[in-house]
Amino acid sequence: MDFSYTILIPLIPLALFVILGLFSKKIPPSISGWIGSLGLGTSFVLSLYTAYHYFLEGKLNGVYQTFIYKQTWLVFTDKLHIDLGVMIDPISVMMLVVVTTVSFMVHLYSRGYMHGDDGYTRFFAYLALFSFSMLGLVLATNLFQMYIFWELVGASSFLLIGYYYTKPSAVAAAKKAFIVTRFADLGFLIGILLISYYTGTFDFQDLTSTEGMLITGWGASASFMGLSVFTWGLILIYMGGVGKSAMLPFHIWLPDAMEGPTPVSALIHAATMVVAGVFLVARLFPAYYFVEDGFALQVVAYVGAISSLVAALIAITQTDIKRVLAFSTMSQIGYMMLALGVSKYEGHEGVGYMASMFHLFTHAMFKALLFLAAGSVIHAVHSNYMKDMGGLRKYMPITHITFLIASLSIAGFPGFAGFFSKDEILVAAFESNKLIYISSVFVAGLTAFYMFRLYFNIFWGEDRKYKHTPHESPLTMTIPLMFLAFMSIAAGYIPFSEYITADRMPFEAHFNLPLAAIASSVGIIGIILAYIFYKKPNELPERFANAFGFVYKWIYNKLYFDELYIFVTKKILFGIVGFSASWFDKNVVDGSMVGIGNVTVSVSNKIKGLQSGKLQDYAMSFVGGIVVIAMVVFYIWLN
Amino acid sequence: MIAGISIYEILTLTSILFFIGIYGFFTRENLITVLMSVELILNASAVNFVLINTYLYPDLLQGAVFSIFIVALAAAETALAIAIIINLYKIIYSVEVKDTETMKY
Repeated sequence: MDFSYTILIPLIPLALFVILGLFSKKIPPSISGWIGSLGLGTSFVLSLYTAYHYFLEGKLNGVYQTFIYKQTWLVFTDKLHIDLGVMIDPISVMMLVVVTTVSFMVHLYSRGYMHGDDGYTRFFAYLALFSFSMLGLVLATNLFQMYIFWELVGASSFLLIGYYYTKPSAVAAAKKAFIVTRFADLGFLIGILLISYYTGTFDFQDLTSTEGMLITGWGASASFMGLSVFTWGLILIYMGGVGKSAMLPFHIWLPDAMEGPTPVSALIHAATMVVAGVFLVARLFPAYYFVEDGFALQVVAYVGAISSLVAALIAITQTDIKRVLAFSTMSQIGYMMLALGVSKYEGHEGVGYMASMFHLFTHAMFKALLFLAAGSVIHAVHSNYMKDMGGLRKYMPITHITFLIASLSIAGFPGFAGFFSKDEILVAAFESNKLIYISSVFVAGLTAFYMFRLYFNIFWGEDRKYKHTPHESPLTMTIPLMFLAFMSIAAGYIPFSEYITADRMPFEAHFNLPLAAIASSVGIIGIILAYIFYKKPNELPERFANAFGFVYKWIYNKLYFDELYIFVTKKILFGIVGFSASWFDKNVVDGSMVGIGNVTVSVSNKIKGLQSGKLQDYAMSFVGGIVVIAMVVFYIWLN
Repeated sequence: MIAGISIYEILTLTSILFFIGIYGFFTRENLITVLMSVELILNASAVNFVLINTYLYPDLLQGAVFSIFIVALAAAETALAIAIIINLYKIIYSVEVKDTETMKY
C-alpha cells in the first residue's frame, strides 16, 4: 500500500502560503479567497481519501500498520538522526481529517467574514501557513520534526492572533500567547533532549515500541528526586503539551487569544492547535503508560481533570461570548487529557484512549461550529458581549439552529455527537478513578449550564437596541455552519473503537446505559437550570451572584491567575531576580571592565605631561638615554 | 696623511665639531638652524670616516666611499627637511620650534 502521496496534504497549503504571501499585493481579494479555499479543498479530499483507504485496508492480522516515508536530514549518530517525513497511523490519519475539514470550512467561512478587510489576502496566507504547520505536526515521524512544526504552529498562531496589529490589545494578546507557549515549550525541548540522550533516538516508532529502550529501560535509567529520568522527560514533554493545549497553569493565553478574528479562533484555538497537546500524549501513549507504571500519565490525568473543572467554573461567569467558548474549549481539552490519563493499554481497557480521540474529533466539529456561529452573531451585532445580544433567533434562523445543535452536542444531549464521546470518557474515568469520574460528571453539568446560558442570552430574551436590524449572514458563511452542524450529529455515529485504539486492535465498545443516563440527566438538569435563569430576563442570576459574593468575584476574575502571573513576573522576576542580576551586571561585570579603562585613563592623564611636543626634549631624552647606556656599558666593561 | 698633524688633533677637531652640532640641535629655536646643527653632526662623522681610512688603513677605500655616501644622504635629507619646513611655514607662518607643539597629546 502506498501512502506517499500524503506528503501533498501539507505541501499544498505551503504552496498556497508562498503564493499568497509573496503576491499578496498583486492578487485581488476576490481571487485569493478562492485560491485558498480550493487548495484546502484539495487537501481535504486527499485526507478523506487517505482515511478511507487506510481504515479499510491498513490492517494486517487485525492490527493497524504504520507507514513511514521519510528523508534523513541531520545525522548525529547512526541511530540518532532527525528525519523529515510523513507517518501514517490511525491517529495521524484522524488528525488529517480533523485539520483539513475544519480548515477548509474556516477558509470558506472567512471569505464572507473577512470580506472587505484590508489584509484579506494576508489573512489567507497566514491561514495556509497555519494549516501547513499543523498538518506537518500531525504527520511528524519523530519528536524533533514534531517540535519544529510545533513552533511553526505557535508562530502562525502569533501572526493570526495579532492579525489586527493596529489594536494594542491584539498585539498584547499575540505576545502573551507566544511567550506563554514558548515558555512551556522550553520544557518540551528539555524533555526531548533528555529522552533522546538516554534512548539514543528521536523516532516515534522506536520510542513507543514495547520492546524499545524507553519502555524497557526506565528502571535501569538514572533517577532524579525518586523518579526515573524517562518519567521526568515525559513530564517535561507534557509541559509543552500543557502550554499548547491551555491547561492549568499555562492557560492564561487562551482567553486573550480571542482578540484574533473569529475564524482563527475556530480553527486554531478550538479545533486544531490546542489539541496538539492531546495529540502529543496520544502519540507517545505507550511510553506514558509503561514507563514507571504510568506515573507521568497520572500527572496528565490530574492536570486534565483540574483544568476541566476550573475552566468550566470560570466559563459560567464570563460575559464575552468568545471567552466563554475559550474556557469551554479549555474544559473540553481537559476532558480529553483526563481520558488519556485514566486509559489503559489493551483491548477494552484502553477505552480512555479511544474516547479521548473520539472526543477530540467530535469536539473539533462542534466547537468549530460554535465559534463560527458566534462569529456570525458578532458579524451581525458588532459586539462580543452578551449584554448587546438578545432575541436574535428571529433574525438569524440558520445561525440559531446550528448554534443550538452545537450546544446540545457539547452538553451531551442524547443522540448528538458529544453525547457518545463524552459517555466513553466517563466510562473510562468510572472504571479507573472515581474521584476524576465525579468531577467529570459535575463538569458535564456545568458545561450544559454555561452553554445554554450563552444560547438563551444570545437568541432569546429581549431585543436590544441594534444600530441596524441584524440579518442572517451570507450563504458563504452559513454553508460551513450547516456542514459542521451535520457533522456535530453524524460524527457521534462513527464506530471509533473499530479504528483508533491504544493497541491498534479494534474492540467492541459497549454502551454503558446507567452511566450514560447519569451523564445526560446531569446535562439536562444544567440545561433546565439555564432555562430558568436566562430564558426570560429576571433577577435570579444576580441574586445568585450576590449570594456567592466573593467566590463569584474570584471566579469572575479567572481565579486571579493573570494577576498571579503579573505578580510573579513583575515583582519577583523583574523586581528581585532581574534587579539583582542587573545590579551584578552593572557593578561587577561592567564595573571591572570600566575600572580597567578608568585606571588606564587616569594613569595616562598623569604622565601625559612628559610628551611636551618639543622636538628637542625628545632628542634630549634620546641622547641622555644613550649616555646612560654608554656609562653602564663602560662601567661593566671596565670591571 | 698630512705631515705634522697626528690623528689625535684631527679627532679632537671632529669631536668638537660633533658636540657643537649636538649643542646646536638642543638649543636652537629656529628649525633651519636645528637643521644646520644636524648637518654639523653628519659632517663630523663623515670627516671621521675619511680620517680613519687615511691614517689607519691607507690601502683601502671604504671610508672615503662611505663619506661620499653620507654627503649624498645629507643632501637628500636636507631637501626633505627644507620641504617640510616650507610647508610648515605655509600653514603656521612660523619656523620656530616652540610653535610646532600643537600635535602633542
